[in-house]
Amino acid sequence: MGDALKTIAEISCPAPLPAKDAILLGHGSGGKLSAELVRDLFLPAFFNPALSRLDDQAIVNVNGTRIAMTTDSFVVKPLFFPGGDIGSLAVHGTVNDLAMGGATPLFLSAAFIIEEGLPMDTLQRVVASLRQAADAAGIAIITGDTKVVEKGSGDGIFINTTGIGIVPDGLELSANRARQGDKVLLSGSIGDHGIAILAQREGLEFETTIQSDSVALHGLVADMLRVTHDLRCMRDPTRGGLSSTLNEIAEQSHVGMELVESAIPIREEVRGACELLGLDPLYVANEGKLVAIVPADVAERVLTAMRQNPLGEHAQIIGTVTAGSPGLVTMRTPLGTTRVVDMLAGDQLPRIC
Amino acid sequence: MRYIDEYRDARIARQLAKEISQRTTQPWVLMEICGGQTHTIMRYGLDELLPKHIELVHGPGCPVCVTPLETIDRAIALALRPEVILVSYGDMLRVPGSSSDLFLAKAQGGDVRIAYSPLEAVKIARANPDRKVVFLAIGFETTAPPNAMAAWQAKREGLSNFSMLVSHVLVPPAIRALMVSPQNRVQGFIAPGHVCTVMGFQEYESLTRDFKVPIVVGGFEPVDILQSVLMLVEQLEGHQARVENQYVRSVSYAGNLPAQRVMEEVFEIADQKWRGIGPIPRSGLRLREEYASFDASKVFDLQLITADEPAECISAQVLQGLRKPTDCPAFGMRCTPENPLGAPMVSSEGACAAYYHYRRHAAAD
Repeated sequence: MGDALKTIAEISCPAPLPAKDAILLGHGSGGKLSAELVRDLFLPAFFNPALSRLDDQAIVNVNGTRIAMTTDSFVVKPLFFPGGDIGSLAVHGTVNDLAMGGATPLFLSAAFIIEEGLPMDTLQRVVASLRQAADAAGIAIITGDTKVVEKGSGDGIFINTTGIGIVPDGLELSANRARQGDKVLLSGSIGDHGIAILAQREGLEFETTIQSDSVALHGLVADMLRVTHDLRCMRDPTRGGLSSTLNEIAEQSHVGMELVESAIPIREEVRGACELLGLDPLYVANEGKLVAIVPADVAERVLTAMRQNPLGEHAQIIGTVTAGSPGLVTMRTPLGTTRVVDMLAGDQLPRIC
Repeated sequence: MRYIDEYRDARIARQLAKEISQRTTQPWVLMEICGGQTHTIMRYGLDELLPKHIELVHGPGCPVCVTPLETIDRAIALALRPEVILVSYGDMLRVPGSSSDLFLAKAQGGDVRIAYSPLEAVKIARANPDRKVVFLAIGFETTAPPNAMAAWQAKREGLSNFSMLVSHVLVPPAIRALMVSPQNRVQGFIAPGHVCTVMGFQEYESLTRDFKVPIVVGGFEPVDILQSVLMLVEQLEGHQARVENQYVRSVSYAGNLPAQRVMEEVFEIADQKWRGIGPIPRSGLRLREEYASFDASKVFDLQLITADEPAECISAQVLQGLRKPTDCPAFGMRCTPENPLGAPMVSSEGACAAYYHYRRHAAAD
């Protein structure tokens, strides 16, 4: 025991790892590693004013028309899940990225990277779902591309969609516009999509099937904009979840944010699944929710408009923008104490116990 | 959510905090052993509710944090062998070894897979007879029975392509090592409820007897922790030192006997190194001789892979409660969860990571 004590008194720690010299899965997680990649590699390489806003969509003025453009690639596994599939997701994801800039979505492209050997029936189902989702969103798929890679070089099917829309004059939504006193609005329950995917992938069964919330949000956005154009910014909290989205806004606007934990809607079954898996729903992906930063004087009216739309019926004011430490998001717990809501480095990992 | 919400009830929590304040007449230093408990304290800001006299010190009970550097290096070396599928609990993947981690090994082409249960690793071995499947079997007494079960099942099925890289640690020897340290400040322990669900709390009685230190077996929700603190304070203020069980909904005196039997069948007690702490005699488990063919450290030639942990961070003092994570000059600057310098920053259950994730605002004040 003497030796043990001696060693305890001389405790030691490992040296830091060198800078990452290979791409890790975490670089695609929407957390800190993704942000570093954008900041250190992509942004300097392609730098221009439209890109440097770093919003979900770029907005450029072409002959007096404000055009919004965005692109997104979909690599979801499994391809089909409760509440959606890779096809509907490829429409909703891109439509929502346009909608978050206040744009009316008009056209989509669809590019398919297909793995050799994919059953034709699977592709047909995916394409039918894309078509159906596009029709429901009132948007046309006007161009596309197909590539086939050798078996083992892909994972069934990857889809990229690019979307174009038009932004009304005078509407300025951007993550750098949040101001002290603004309210943080959330359109509904969080974590549904991520948990639906995880449950399906891991074969976890719960009493009720958890459905993905995947849906196009431009109708809800239009309802909100009918109340006022005086909104600061909108984001759909997809990868990285609500916490990553709010951290990004706080950082880009150089403001603090204080959330109220009890105001954040989370379904019982999602809470249960998160408890079981050791995950925090604040970091779980959504595909049919938005957060809006709204000046305090219009917050209640915008909230009412959101609640009148079925996609926003559970909308809540979940917090306030503060002058506190810039970039820091904190949360009032139900016990009346305060904690930090951090951005994750990479993917959330299941804990050992 | 039933069985959860009751234990997060704000009214009950505040009432307990009030009672703790009323009962406390002098300073007490208490340690929660388990990283899950540390996590709850930080996530709910329970230390904000406690009187200033009560100091909570965060113990070494984060299995990911205390797994030796050497074990991580060996796991990475195994993962990089083309014939190996390395299966691990998820949060081990980010843990830094000497010069890499399992995420990097995966990016370099290593076949690294995450499992929720060690039995999934056995399943993978069954499905891949031409590959060698190694399960990284780490943890406290909590994960020992399922890990033992995996070896037991593989042996019964005669699987020749399954083995485990074992790094198991035990709680009571760690408490003993802390108590005999001349620098010890801890006056009462919250024992880990999940460990005691398996092991019961019989074995903690010798600790209270030898060191006159009260121990309360505690759960993991805010009300559990606050009630455990109250029970400790009542013992300390009343000059008592015995083992009490707060986590009665899960823990019994003798524990889970079938789970203990499978542990006993597969594992034996051994000396064990703890990352950030060093070697503690008879504080770990290794596979018994009858299970040698399932012991990755014997199946593979790993003896040459050794690692000493260079002295850099203050995790020793943190794990003994001598200093707080925020006392470290590297905290949140050079040492973050993305680039951890030390063990307690590695897992979300490590004390430094818990401070980083939940309490940075307090550190900034």
